[in-house]
Amino acid sequence: MKQSFIEELNIFAQCKRYGLPLWQCPHFLFLVMGVIIIGSTLVVYFVGTHYIEDPQIVLLITLLVTAILFILAVMITRSFERLAEANRMKSEFVSVVSHQLRSPLSNLRWAIELLMSGRTNSVTEKQLEYFKILKENSARMSELVSDLLIVSRIETAKLPFKEQEFALEDLIKELIKEFESFAKASNVEVKFEPAKDLPKVFSDPSQIRLVIENLLDNAIRYVGESGQVLIKLEKQDKNFYFEIKDTGVGIPKEDQKYIFQKFFRSENVMRYQTQGSGLGLYITKAIVGRSGGKIGFQSQEGVGSTFWFTLPIK
Amino acid sequence: MPKTILFIEDESALQKTFGEILKQEGYEMIPALDGEIGLRLAKDKKPDLILLDLILPKVHGFEVFKKLKEDKDTRDIPVIVLTNLEGLGDVDKAIELGATAYLVKAQYSLEEVVEKIKKALENR
Repeated sequence: MKQSFIEELNIFAQCKRYGLPLWQCPHFLFLVMGVIIIGSTLVVYFVGTHYIEDPQIVLLITLLVTAILFILAVMITRSFERLAEANRMKSEFVSVVSHQLRSPLSNLRWAIELLMSGRTNSVTEKQLEYFKILKENSARMSELVSDLLIVSRIETAKLPFKEQEFALEDLIKELIKEFESFAKASNVEVKFEPAKDLPKVFSDPSQIRLVIENLLDNAIRYVGESGQVLIKLEKQDKNFYFEIKDTGVGIPKEDQKYIFQKFFRSENVMRYQTQGSGLGLYITKAIVGRSGGKIGFQSQEGVGSTFWFTLPIK
Repeated sequence: MPKTILFIEDESALQKTFGEILKQEGYEMIPALDGEIGLRLAKDKKPDLILLDLILPKVHGFEVFKKLKEDKDTRDIPVIVLTNLEGLGDVDKAIELGATAYLVKAQYSLEEVVEKIKKALENR
């Protein structure tokens, strides 16, 4: 959604894009302000050089222009407020919609599970195949909906954050266990090398779980035919340092600066073989930021990626 | 006598799914489609377990929960909350009221929910 410089200069098109009338559109108001400033500077120069014996006139004009500029500035601020409000309402809307979608989705999923269990009637091999497709896709929808809910909570600053002391090491071990069958099916060996005598971390375990889940899922998913994932955990000064290194397909260089953007999915070799909402890394970065940590990565196409994040030790 | 489970939930699709699976597990399920009916049936039938949704017509789930705990006839019936609300406030409130379990619908499979129900009934 990048715009060329020329397009950005087309104020009318810009205002139309936001759905705002001209007098409520910041772009147009800025232009008017600019014209007034240049015009009034010229007038003051003209008046100042011609009526040098009447400084009151110059003062009067300056006061008048200042008043006009003040009113314009208020209008600009208002128009920004309107844009911010529209953005907030959009997040609110996403939140309500995703919440409403959850009930029919769980009804659907559980009904499919009941059919698949063979409890109601016997299921043929062929039927089971299609039930699986139904189940997988309803699971995909559920995941997308919960990702959208998290994003809307992040954007409206309503993401619950309940901090407590816990062992990051144990959480990682637990998650590796949960991903065991997925890793096996993807021919991936997951190794974990924590440093010795690590202190406990003070953060929200359910949020940090989301972070590591996303990173581990990506590392396994984008590994290609087979490969290794190595997780390291150590203490660096006043921070925890978590690193996850894979031997996967890597991220193309031109995509690297967009990787944490909402809905972005890299055009790498596996884009069409894997499913994803493009929200995982956006959520991950937001949570790490909220916890007072930093996140980053190095990646080379065909060699692999290394993602890392830090968490402050309190 | 089969053990009875009162399911207070306004989604009839879920009533049907759980009715089927719980019958197969040897339980008797009593459906209630809103909070008001739920409260009445809890008092009349004295079920062995109550499965409670939170967003309910007429009387909200938490209100139902509170009234159940206030009434000496229903006070000792274990309650499992089964909902899509997952705010920290909601979870804390349910635990405070004495919920046996708090299950977020999106996070559990049908079999897992049935397991939790079985476990809660084992101790009865």
